[in-house]
Amino acid sequence: MAATKVVVDPITRIEGHLRIEAQAEGGKITNAWASSTQFRGIEIIMQGRDPRDAWAFTQRICGVCTVVHAVASCRAVEDALDIRIPPNANSIRNLIHGMQFVHDHVMHFYHLHALDWVDVVSATKADPAATAKLAQAISPWPNNSATWFKSVKDRVTKFIAGGQLGIFTNGYWGHPAYKLPPEANLLAVAHYLEALDWQRDVVKVHTIFGGKNPHPNFLVGGMACAINLDDTGTINTERLTTVADLIRKAQVFVEQVYWPDLLAIAGFYKDWGAIGGGVKNYLAVGEIPDSDIRDPQSYYFPRGIILGNDLSRVVPYDEKLVKEYIHSSWYEYSKGDDAGLHPYEGETKAKYSGPAPPWTYLQGLDKYTWMKAPRYEGRPMQVGPLARVLVAYASGHKDTQELAKEVLDRLQVPSTVLFSTLGRTAARGMETVLIARRMNVWYDQLVQRIRNGDVATFAGDKWEPDSWPKQCQGYGPLDAPRGALGHWVQIDNGKIARYQCVVPSTWNCSPRDKEGQMGPYEASLVDNHPLLKPEQPLEILRTIHSFDPCMACGVHVLDAAGGVITEVRVQ
Amino acid sequence: MFYPQAHPWSEGDTLAQHLQRRGVSRRDFLAFCGNLAVVLGLGELAGPKVARALQKMRRPSVIWLQLQECTGCVESVLRSADPTIGDLVLDLVSLDYSHALMAAAGDSVERALEQARTENAGKFLLVVTGSVPLADGGIYTMVGGKTAKAVLEETAKGAAAIISVGACAHWGSIQAAKPNPTGARGVGEIIKDKPLVNIAGCPPIADVVTATVVHYLTFGRLPAADAQGRPLFAYGARIHDQCPRRANYDAGQFVETFDDAAARSGWCLYKVGCKGPATFSPCPIFQWNDTTSWPIGAGHPCLGCTEVNFFDTMTPFYGRLPNVAGFGVESRVDLIGAALAVGAAGGVAAHALATGVQQMRERRRARELPVVESPPAGPPPPAGGS
Repeated sequence: MAATKVVVDPITRIEGHLRIEAQAEGGKITNAWASSTQFRGIEIIMQGRDPRDAWAFTQRICGVCTVVHAVASCRAVEDALDIRIPPNANSIRNLIHGMQFVHDHVMHFYHLHALDWVDVVSATKADPAATAKLAQAISPWPNNSATWFKSVKDRVTKFIAGGQLGIFTNGYWGHPAYKLPPEANLLAVAHYLEALDWQRDVVKVHTIFGGKNPHPNFLVGGMACAINLDDTGTINTERLTTVADLIRKAQVFVEQVYWPDLLAIAGFYKDWGAIGGGVKNYLAVGEIPDSDIRDPQSYYFPRGIILGNDLSRVVPYDEKLVKEYIHSSWYEYSKGDDAGLHPYEGETKAKYSGPAPPWTYLQGLDKYTWMKAPRYEGRPMQVGPLARVLVAYASGHKDTQELAKEVLDRLQVPSTVLFSTLGRTAARGMETVLIARRMNVWYDQLVQRIRNGDVATFAGDKWEPDSWPKQCQGYGPLDAPRGALGHWVQIDNGKIARYQCVVPSTWNCSPRDKEGQMGPYEASLVDNHPLLKPEQPLEILRTIHSFDPCMACGVHVLDAAGGVITEVRVQ
Repeated sequence: MFYPQAHPWSEGDTLAQHLQRRGVSRRDFLAFCGNLAVVLGLGELAGPKVARALQKMRRPSVIWLQLQECTGCVESVLRSADPTIGDLVLDLVSLDYSHALMAAAGDSVERALEQARTENAGKFLLVVTGSVPLADGGIYTMVGGKTAKAVLEETAKGAAAIISVGACAHWGSIQAAKPNPTGARGVGEIIKDKPLVNIAGCPPIADVVTATVVHYLTFGRLPAADAQGRPLFAYGARIHDQCPRRANYDAGQFVETFDDAAARSGWCLYKVGCKGPATFSPCPIFQWNDTTSWPIGAGHPCLGCTEVNFFDTMTPFYGRLPNVAGFGVESRVDLIGAALAVGAAGGVAAHALATGVQQMRERRRARELPVVESPPAGPPPPAGGS
């Protein structure tokens, strides 16, 4: 039987533009290619800019993870200029970043990932009373009533009967890979709607400290939101109380809605614990420092690397061992296509060599994506919630080990199911629970310091460029909701000379390297991966969404060196 | 919380069903249609025909394209408070294509897009986020194997009107900052034969987007706009004129460096780079995230993101306004701080220049600046912060 060529473009319910091509035979995927199809060229735009402005530029890399590139940029510039931010600024950044994690992961589960597992049409056949019984058995969430579920059922039923299906048009409803009973589907649809309201509220933590969301404001040297308990235009008790309330709302929803839903749904899809493992190396740079970012010992989630699914050993991470390759990418290097460059030597010269549009297939071409291929000591790495959870688990992180045990016991599965599509989705839920609980610690640290009279939010001694060394460079590590991120900046005479980011989706969506090693998306799609109906690629969406792709991030490697971009020829 | 029946014209109801539920009888409805037919010059006999047409009315189709962008504008709209995004998508419109929210992918959604364009030809509302890269044949943003430009042009053809959301769709934003390596352009530079509004900002406030959609659905036309195509209901006022810290500006009370005693007193951020004097935006009035706060309210200077070319004209972000790129010609206003401090008469002219900047000249609706006869010298900041 000949292989069927499959193209899925656009991949929806993600950030950015992603194309997956595959070959399938006998219900299994035999080969896969991941292509990032957007390039924005911010690299040249960064050249010669004020490094204090960099966070606002890099923040625009992504409006979903709208915090991470701004904070990573501040960290890189602060490292280069040897700035130590005040502890209050660190706590405020932690609260913002913590809420980014919680907000992002919950929205990913309900609004970007759920429809891969939840059949909306089936929900119209549910018995609201039975749904309420199911919901009440797993959670004390007060909205879990038959009345509420009936109103949602009626709403969805009328919506579908009206014939205008909107975002549900041509969905894969009734696909045999959907396994949930109607009641579980209705439960998930109801919480999809509730999560839409919830996310609008809890994100206000960003607005209070950063003025808006998306794209809240940050500041090299600290935060711009001054603290004064006795003023109306500052962070005062009213603002702090609101933050505390928002944290509580976030925690309740995570513990009473997201987490029980995730476990309930996972129970119907245990077979996905043996599907889509892919690359067996995991990298976490660690995140959320209780003290200075330069002290990895103070991180909540530890830093480290797991090789070959071996949880008995955590390998230390060294940023010097990261290199990027362009063997399969539409770029060229001055040292040739097979070279690997550390970010401090990085180059970004676009050189498109794909077919003239419109495209038919990219599979089989030597170069097929705008994504570079980062490798750690030559190895592809998975990054993201699963990497963090595995590194934490293997490092003896107590909170993680306890929660992992709870999950595995509840589902009655061995720990090997973590290396899978289901594992990535479950790990995202686990770390959401842990971070939501941890928010109290950062909040209490902030309040305690204010109580002790420390209100400083900004270190201004290195603000003026005449206080900077003539030439310097810095590294800003950050573990983002989607995984390990690094910004590398070089400053020359007060201006940005080179700026490079190696971001989560570059790791995960990386193409083949010169050794032929696939990136994590690709490797997952060929790891015991089903595809029942190539014209309804539901299973591909499950695995790709389990990574939570964020494509705009991946293709914004910022390289201000060189200045002149080579001519791009369209063949 | 979420109110299932807040907007009762929903779930594919026809207008007739909707009116019936609202208590309008079929007899009243037919009488109304008869009158309408007369008003329209069709004659009373055409009444039933009008009734049949109106009864079939369905939720208006909205197609949302995401081109070269970061999805921040989509995220922003998801934060809309009134109407909520749930009500908007389920009740008010039929969101027939959305990259971020569609259940299906690939060929299935390409067909959904084609179906929506065909079935609603000439009638659907097109929302676009993201810029359109034109360099090198447009290969810098490809969707479904086609260039962003091709997708936009194919879709815009049948649109009744276009809502161009965010700085990227407005003028190219970060991609179009110098030297604009991908040749990024705004939607209005590509599509010139359709009614279009620019919901400016990076990103815009959610409620401005949803209010514009509701305006279109309620009044049947796009809202009136300024010379940049920005709706006046949101962009008709300058931040500096609406800023709660304006009194501090007028009194010469400035933050000199972040977290100083003045910052801890909520004083004016002009000297640390605020672009409010050159920026038309609803931020101080609508505020962000359900009126929670806004950038200046949280102590950070305005970046000027609702203005064209803000990445180039408004940087360095922490440079004082007249000195930033694009405003250098008016170097005299550099004197403003000193002029205010000594309360010199020259300060009035300097004030006008500093706050006017170049953008003022382009705006017919720009307000006259208040004339401060003798700006008071700024009192020293209070001692201690808290």
